[in-house]
Amino acid sequence: MKMLRFLLEKEFKQFFRNSFLPRMVIMFPLTALLIYPLVANFEVKNINLSVVDHDKSTFSRELLQKVQSSGYFRVTDVSPDYASALKSVELDESDVILEIPSHFEKNLVREMKADLMISANAVNGNKGGLGTAYLVAIVNEYNSAITTKLLGDPGRFRAPAAEILPLFRYNPGLLYSVFMVPAIMVMVLAMISGFLPALNIVGEKEKGTIEQMNVTPVRKRTFIISKLIPYWLAGYVVLTIGILVALLVWRLFPVGFVGTIYLFATIFLLGFSGFGLVVSNYAVTVQQAMFMMFFFVLTFIFMSGLYTPVENMPGWAQMISNFSPMKYIIEVLRRVYLKGSGFNDLLPQFWALCGFALFFNGWAVLSYRKNS
Amino acid sequence: MRQFLIFTQKEFYHILRDRWTTVLLLILPIAMILLFGFGITTEIKNTRFAVYDMSHDMATRGIVNKLETSEYFTLEGYLDHPGQIEGIFKRKKIGMLVVFGERFYENQLHSGDAQVQLITDGTDPNTASTLTNYATNLIREYQQESGTLSPLPIQILPQVKLLYNPTMKSAYNIVPGVIGMVLMLVCAMMTSVSLAREKEMGTMEVILVSPMPPLLIVLSKVVPYFTISMINLFNVLLLAVFVLEVPIVGNLFLLIFVSLLFIFVALALGILISTLVQTQLVALLASVMGLLLPVVMLSGLMFPIENMPVVLQYVAQIIPAKWYIEAMRNVMIKGLGISAIIKEVLVLALMAVVLITISLKKFKIRLE
Repeated sequence: MKMLRFLLEKEFKQFFRNSFLPRMVIMFPLTALLIYPLVANFEVKNINLSVVDHDKSTFSRELLQKVQSSGYFRVTDVSPDYASALKSVELDESDVILEIPSHFEKNLVREMKADLMISANAVNGNKGGLGTAYLVAIVNEYNSAITTKLLGDPGRFRAPAAEILPLFRYNPGLLYSVFMVPAIMVMVLAMISGFLPALNIVGEKEKGTIEQMNVTPVRKRTFIISKLIPYWLAGYVVLTIGILVALLVWRLFPVGFVGTIYLFATIFLLGFSGFGLVVSNYAVTVQQAMFMMFFFVLTFIFMSGLYTPVENMPGWAQMISNFSPMKYIIEVLRRVYLKGSGFNDLLPQFWALCGFALFFNGWAVLSYRKNS
Repeated sequence: MRQFLIFTQKEFYHILRDRWTTVLLLILPIAMILLFGFGITTEIKNTRFAVYDMSHDMATRGIVNKLETSEYFTLEGYLDHPGQIEGIFKRKKIGMLVVFGERFYENQLHSGDAQVQLITDGTDPNTASTLTNYATNLIREYQQESGTLSPLPIQILPQVKLLYNPTMKSAYNIVPGVIGMVLMLVCAMMTSVSLAREKEMGTMEVILVSPMPPLLIVLSKVVPYFTISMINLFNVLLLAVFVLEVPIVGNLFLLIFVSLLFIFVALALGILISTLVQTQLVALLASVMGLLLPVVMLSGLMFPIENMPVVLQYVAQIIPAKWYIEAMRNVMIKGLGISAIIKEVLVLALMAVVLITISLKKFKIRLE
């Protein structure tokens, strides 16, 4: 026990000697949580529209009027033909082309039928798909308006008979910050509690100072724990900063009990810093450790449903995501924050995180070799 | 020139001697492209939904059937009473709940106030709104087909064409982004330790007493990593085309040219970090902690730049990956020529010049 105290004193001195580390533990979560929640926004609005009107009739102008007043579209380009409209899509100046053929009005009046061309840039499938869907909806609306205008009697051609009411549970305003803040908290937490311990031990290896540790009677367990404790504390600092920023800046207050978050975060930190140590035990140079950590952290970030839902992934990828501790902690954070889930609702996550913590720390102790 | 070659040879030895690191440098990009190329997807497939049906008539059954047979949804089951709604969302068994009001079919025919609620989990706003959109469209389609809606006598028929990505595969958008992210981070990490290691080991002194000018010292550091990056680029493009099935529509040579330019920018950024710091630890923390989040968040990889607040849009402009990803999408997916990416090429070239110039300015030829 006494030995642990001295070791901790050494670790803390090392931690604070280089002013870079303490500053990073404070500034990194702070800036990340202030800036990045603003970034995520998949909302499709202000779609840039390129218009090719060959008809230039009352009808075509009316339709364009409707499109513009819908609020979804911004006419950024009026082209004489499709080729030059396509040019503006190529230059990313417009996203969707609406081409009204000549005789549009004449065809509608005489043959009661007219074509209309909509071409969308679908590189971003989400945006292209929604853009066309909105435009088609507006065209349909105009279609009914035109019908009543020409034929009268709106009663016979009723609009959809069932009312469809969308309801977004837990987040009725569909705020993206609600989605992003927990994700960024987890990212920052993982980076601080994973990278730093991993680099610490390898750093000692590379400098050769670990030899001195190895000739002391310090037990493996004690040594590992002394390495971990400073980073747990750093993790708590990061988490607390995160919760405060979420509350003060993003007005996010957990519906559930804050203690639940700390409890689960403790287990997560334990597991993740243990993981960092495992990596450091196998890496010979700082660069190797960093590359491995970088790879795993990035994989965890993208495969855990932080930004894109796990359910959308192919089956094998979903399997992989089950082995990511981040998947469980993000579920805990989101549910406690938004759904007010309690400990009992989160038992599967609890056992999974405990499993990771035991596994990685056990592995870290076993794989640490005092003699090479 | 001979000196330069000898220095380059020395750097190659340095890298190849550390066999494990070399293997990591070559394997990690491959693993990342595969994982993220498949894993990051916004495509909705087989989302489970539940139904709470107060009517149980032919219209509600028809709609449920329509949803179930689409590729987007799979039926999880029916709820018996509204008390189950809370629980099913808390345990996240389903992505959407469809609630039909009473006497749905009759109301639809007569009074016109039939109601259907689409309840989604707003925790993920993007998925929630996409699911609602899909379901709404499917219900409207059903109504059209079942004749609940009489077709209008006058019809405007929109012909929809989805350019560049007719099947709306999310990979077409994501894969160029992932390539940009992986190259950027791996390249910057590689070179960020190069000079820092020499400083830390004390071997910098030996290099400094040699008659080599700083520019050549720096370039000799870049050459081996540039070679490794070329192999990585080759692997990554092969995987993109043959495994992820994202075709290269545009000119392959143009694509490679932009990629090499971008790789050089990323390597130069690593060199700059390396000249500024004293230890490998700080170099790596700076290149990973400092670059990872901005590249993931601001490069347009997942989050469209045009939706960001204006200030962040400006910040995004200084991220090399943003320009590269844009150029990649233009050449690889849209199949455009050099004239469409001239701006991106110039910006990247300018970045390369600026980064190398600053690195040389900061390069200290004396030890402190």
